Amino acid sequence: MTRYVMAIDLRRCVGCQTCTAACKNANATPPGVQWRRVLDLETGEFPDVRRSFVPVACMHCDEPPCEEVCPTKATTKRPDGLVAIDYDTCIGCANCVMACPYEARSIVHDVKFAYGDKPIKSEEVRFDPARIAVSMKCTFCIDRIDLAAKTGQVPGRDPDVTPACVNSCISGAMAFGDLDDPDSKVSRLLAETQHFRMHEELGTGPGVYYIWDKK
Amino acid sequence: MKAAKIRSGDRFSPHQQHNWDWRAASNFIAGGTGGGLLAFAAFASLWGTDVRALLVAGMALIGIGLTCVWFEIGKPWRALNVYRHLATSWMTREAAVAPFVFGSGVLALATGQSLFVLLTGIFGACFVYAQARILAADKGIPAWRHPRCMPLVAATGFAEGASLLAVAAPFVIPQVAGQIAVATAALVLLLLRVLLWRNYLRSLRSDGAPEGSLRALSAIDGQFLKYGNLLPAILLLVGVIGAPLASPALILAGLIAVASGWWFKYTLVRRAAYTQGFAIPHLPVRGRGPAGPAVKPGWGGA
Repeated sequence: MTRYVMAIDLRRCVGCQTCTAACKNANATPPGVQWRRVLDLETGEFPDVRRSFVPVACMHCDEPPCEEVCPTKATTKRPDGLVAIDYDTCIGCANCVMACPYEARSIVHDVKFAYGDKPIKSEEVRFDPARIAVSMKCTFCIDRIDLAAKTGQVPGRDPDVTPACVNSCISGAMAFGDLDDPDSKVSRLLAETQHFRMHEELGTGPGVYYIWDKK
Repeated sequence: MKAAKIRSGDRFSPHQQHNWDWRAASNFIAGGTGGGLLAFAAFASLWGTDVRALLVAGMALIGIGLTCVWFEIGKPWRALNVYRHLATSWMTREAAVAPFVFGSGVLALATGQSLFVLLTGIFGACFVYAQARILAADKGIPAWRHPRCMPLVAATGFAEGASLLAVAAPFVIPQVAGQIAVATAALVLLLLRVLLWRNYLRSLRSDGAPEGSLRALSAIDGQFLKYGNLLPAILLLVGVIGAPLASPALILAGLIAVASGWWFKYTLVRRAAYTQGFAIPHLPVRGRGPAGPAVKPGWGGA
């Protein structure tokens, strides 16, 4: 079996938002919608203050609540762990938006581009009218993962078949790969470190692991 | 020098959802009342009450709610796709019950058969239940997924149904005993609603919830109790003891109880619907220092 997951080393993330920009460029999300974003957290009291950065997106859960509530079966859980949306089936009811505890989903009802009514070149190439008025979210760059099945490349190792955010990360904070492969980068990283998953108490089984310390 | 505690970025904390607006809230408002009314109309029909007008009203309310939702969804012409996930989706189940409500309701009106009236009532009750489960399944909104929210939403639907029956009672139930029975039923359901409401709010505070949800729900607590439940309860008591002006008291009590139920549901679906937000159980270890404490901004209670 294959279970694609992401590991994010919070010790390494510097909050540069390069992953946010890379995702926007790769997926041409409309203004105001970021499938990948980096939250900025300031805690403590002067002089003992901390600043942490937490990249978030769809967690591609083991038990996705979005899939359970979806009335149309547009949202599905694939055998490789990815949670996918069929834009041609979705009715845009937003029930999945309410069900997701990670604020990963958005619905945009009007066609919008970064600079007004006309798309810039990258938007022109990647604009997908099927995504208007339906639910959308991070796909773990699903087209790249599917390409791997054809080319024999390995997601997480070969850049062509690895999510754009992971490829772009300047500090190497993000890793992607097959959790069921003990030799994958994510498996090795998780074996060597202490980590948690966001809102694990909700029973969703998120597929994104946050590394916070060595073992 | 000590500075005030530094706050997290706004995006870390829970925020009010904006995807379901008044149109979605209307489905829970009108649909819940309509389903509850159908259930109590079927009950009243067992004593020979002519409930045709009530059936029409109940179906109209459900129809209005569903129409509002239809105007809200992004792809209304694909609406029939809603029937594709009966296995786990309560939205599919709610939609699946609706044709049975209307089918049996129309047959009840056309034939006058008590069997169809009863079936309409049962399907109306199922509709109310399915709506309550829709909210409960939405894990992204802590105020909805709380285990004590579902019984409250269902109870308020039935309380509103009984209250609308109380409004209609002076017109469709000529016997005083029948009117007293309706007033008693509405009173019992109002008491149940109050108990579940207090229980829900107390549990939400003790278990912890987004501050915005607690603020929105606490803001209506006092007035909802006094004017939304206590006042109609007193008026229903006037109806129960058969005092003079019992009929106007029943009508007024029913209208107030329904309006307050709608007010509560609008608050729950719109104003108190704050997202989960983000939390981290361990701040990352950087350099030589230890890990920072857990952080969960924007949550209150507990």
